[in-house]
Amino acid sequence: MKANLVQAINMALNQEMSKDKSVILLGEDIGIDGGVFRVTEGLYQKYKDRVFDTPLAESGIVGTSIGLALNGLKPVAEIQFEGFIMPALDQLISHASRIRNRSRGAFSVPIVIRSPIGGGIHALEHHSDSPETYFVHTPGLKVVIPSRPYDAKGLLISAIRDPDPVIFFEPKKIYRAFKEEVPEKEYTIPLGKANIIQEGDDLTIITYGSWVRETLKAVEGLKYSIEIIDLRTLKPLDVKTIIDSVSRTGRCVIVHEAPKTLGLAAEIIAIINEKALLSLQAPIERVTGYDTIVPLPKLEDYYMPNTERIKKSIEKVMNF
Amino acid sequence: MPKKIIQNFNIEFLSILDENGKADSKLMPKLSNNDIKLMYELMKKTRIFDEKALKLQREGRLGTYASSLGQEAAQIGSAYALDKEDFIFPSFREQGVYLLRGMPIDQYLAYWRGDERGMYSTKKVNMFTVTIPVGTHMLHAAGFGWASKIKKESRVVVTYFGDGATSEGDFHEAMNFASVFEIPLIFICQNNQYAISVPVSKQTKSATIAQKAIAYGMYGIKVDGNDVFAMYKSTKEAVERAKKGKPTLIEAFTYRRNDHTTSDDAKKYRNDKELKQWDKKDPIERLKKYMITKKLWTKEYEEELDRKFNDEMDEAIKKMESIEDPKKEDILNYVYAELDENLKEQKEELK
Ligand SMILES: Cc1ncc(C[n+]2csc(CCOP(=O)(O)OP(=O)(O)O)c2C)c(N)n1
Repeated sequence: MKANLVQAINMALNQEMSKDKSVILLGEDIGIDGGVFRVTEGLYQKYKDRVFDTPLAESGIVGTSIGLALNGLKPVAEIQFEGFIMPALDQLISHASRIRNRSRGAFSVPIVIRSPIGGGIHALEHHSDSPETYFVHTPGLKVVIPSRPYDAKGLLISAIRDPDPVIFFEPKKIYRAFKEEVPEKEYTIPLGKANIIQEGDDLTIITYGSWVRETLKAVEGLKYSIEIIDLRTLKPLDVKTIIDSVSRTGRCVIVHEAPKTLGLAAEIIAIINEKALLSLQAPIERVTGYDTIVPLPKLEDYYMPNTERIKKSIEKVMNF
Repeated sequence: MPKKIIQNFNIEFLSILDENGKADSKLMPKLSNNDIKLMYELMKKTRIFDEKALKLQREGRLGTYASSLGQEAAQIGSAYALDKEDFIFPSFREQGVYLLRGMPIDQYLAYWRGDERGMYSTKKVNMFTVTIPVGTHMLHAAGFGWASKIKKESRVVVTYFGDGATSEGDFHEAMNFASVFEIPLIFICQNNQYAISVPVSKQTKSATIAQKAIAYGMYGIKVDGNDVFAMYKSTKEAVERAKKGKPTLIEAFTYRRNDHTTSDDAKKYRNDKELKQWDKKDPIERLKKYMITKKLWTKEYEEELDRKFNDEMDEAIKKMESIEDPKKEDILNYVYAELDENLKEQKEELK
C-alpha cells in the first residue's frame, strides 16, 4: 500500500505487536490520543493491555523500559520530542547501554526508544533539535534514522527484534511529506547497512534522515555523476559502503542537520582518513547545522543546511 | 509493642467565592474595591489576549500557542499577592502572570511568533523566560530562592507548573531542596486536570496533588483555582510562610478549557459534557457576579474594558508585526558571552 512515514511506522508496530506478544508500547499520549504525531493511532484500541499512557516522566519511561526488558518484554517507548529525551539520558547512558557488558551477557536490554527528530516544522524550543551524536557517542546503543517510509518499516522491525537498545529517530519534517509503496507483508532491513540511493563516479554524498531528499533536490540538474549514500543506521556505521564509494569517487560531501562540532560528519571524515586517505582528490566538505541552539521559527532557516549550501560544497569539492 | 499511628495528615481545601458569586465573609481576604476591580481587569485582559493570540495563530501570524482559557483566576489571584520584587518562574501557559507583571505585550507575542527577542524583557519584570521542558524549571526557582536566602534578600520566589509536571523527578527534587534548605519558595501547580491527553487520574494515584508536599515536610493546600479570592489568600499566606523559610505547595484546582495547544485536538480524548460543566465555573463570570452584588460592575464598565483591552492588543499586534526581522547573525551571537574562533568562522560563512 501507499504509505507515508507515520503510516509505515504504525504498520511496523502493529505487525510486530500482533506477531510477538512480548512487544509493548509506552509513552506520553500514545494511547487514546495516538501520539502527538499519531504514529500509534489505533494501537491502543487494538492492543489495550499492551499500550500504556505513562505519567509525564521520561526518565521513568526509559528506566522502566529497561526493567520491562530485563524481565522478558520488548518495550518500544516513545519520547514525544527529541528535546525531551534529555531527562532519560542517565538511564540510557548509565544503564541501557552498559547492562550487557556489566553482566557479561547475563542480562540484556532489547528496548527501542522511538522519537521524532530534527527541525523544519517551525516549532517551539526543544522541538527541532538533532541530538543524535550523544547516542552515537555512547557505546552500547544503536542509532537508526530512516529517510523514507519503506525503510522505516523494515528498520523498525529489525530494531524491535534486535537484542540491544536501539534509538530510533524519526525525521518529523518528513512524517507526512510523501508516500511510497510499502509492502503489507513483513520484511526487515538490517541495521548497520547503508543504502546507495543513486550511483555515481565523480563524488559521494553521505547523508541520512530528511536530508536524503534535500540532497536529491540539490543534485538535480548538476553535470556531475554523483553517488548518494543514505546511512540509515548511524551506529553501527556501514563503513564498507562508505569506503568502497569514496575510494572510487575520491571526493566526498557529508550533509547533516546536527551541529558541526562532533557531528557525524566528523567521525566519517576520520574513518575515511584512516581507510581511504590516498584515494581522496579533494578535502571532504561538510554541510551541517551551525554550532548553536536551533533558532525559533523566524531564524530557523538560517541554521539549516539547504540545497544552496549543498551545491556550493559540491562545486568546491569538484573544483578543488 | 503494638503498631501505632505516628504521623497524621490533613489536606485543606480552600474556596471562598462560590459559583454564584457569593463570598464567604469569614474567609474573605482583605482586598479593597480597587484591588478587586484590578484583578477583574487583569483576568479580562488575559482572556482577551488569549482570544487574540488564538486568532493570530489560526491566521498563520503566530506559531504554536498554549491557551490559558479558564485558568485566569489561578494565575491572577496568585500573582496579585506578590510584591514586584518577588521573582517568578513560569512554565508556558502563564499569560496572565506575564501581563500582570507588565511584560510588553508585543514582545511576549513576538516570542510565540518564533522570535527569541521576545523573551528579553522578562528580566525587567522579575520573571524568568518561558520554559518548554515540563517540570525542569522548579529547580531553577529553588536555586533562585536559595540565593535570595543566602544573600539575605527579603524576596520570595514563585514557580508555576501543571499537574503533569508533578510526575517528573525534578519536581520532587525541587520540593526536597526547598524544604531541606528552607528556601522562600512557593510552588503553584495549576491542576487543569490534563497533561495533553492524559487525565490527572492517570498521572498520579494521590488523591490530591497538594498532599505530595507532606512527603517533603512542606505545607500543601488544595485551592479552588477558579476562585480568585481563594488563590489570592492562599498565596498571600504562602508568602508569609516563605519568609520564615517554609515553602508551600498550592494546588490550584482548575480546568484547561481549550486544546492543550493549537497543535492539539482535545475532542480525541474528552467529551463535551465535561467541558460544558467547566464553562459554567468560569472564573471571570464568577467574580463578575460578586462585583454586581457589590455594585462594582456595570455594563458600561465592561464595555469600556473590552474596548480598552482590544485596542491595547491591536496596538501591540501592530507593533509586533512591524518590528524589523532579527539579524541572521543573531543565531550565533548569544551562544556564549564572546564568540569563539570556531563561531567567528561560522559567522563569516553565514554572511
Ligand atoms: C520534559 C517534557 N516532556 C514532554 C513534553 C511535551 N509536553 C508539553 S506540555 C505537556 C503536558 C504538560 O502537562 P501539565 O504539566 O499538566 O501542564 P499543562 O500543559 O496542562 O498546563 C507535554 C507532555 C515537554 N514539553 N517536556
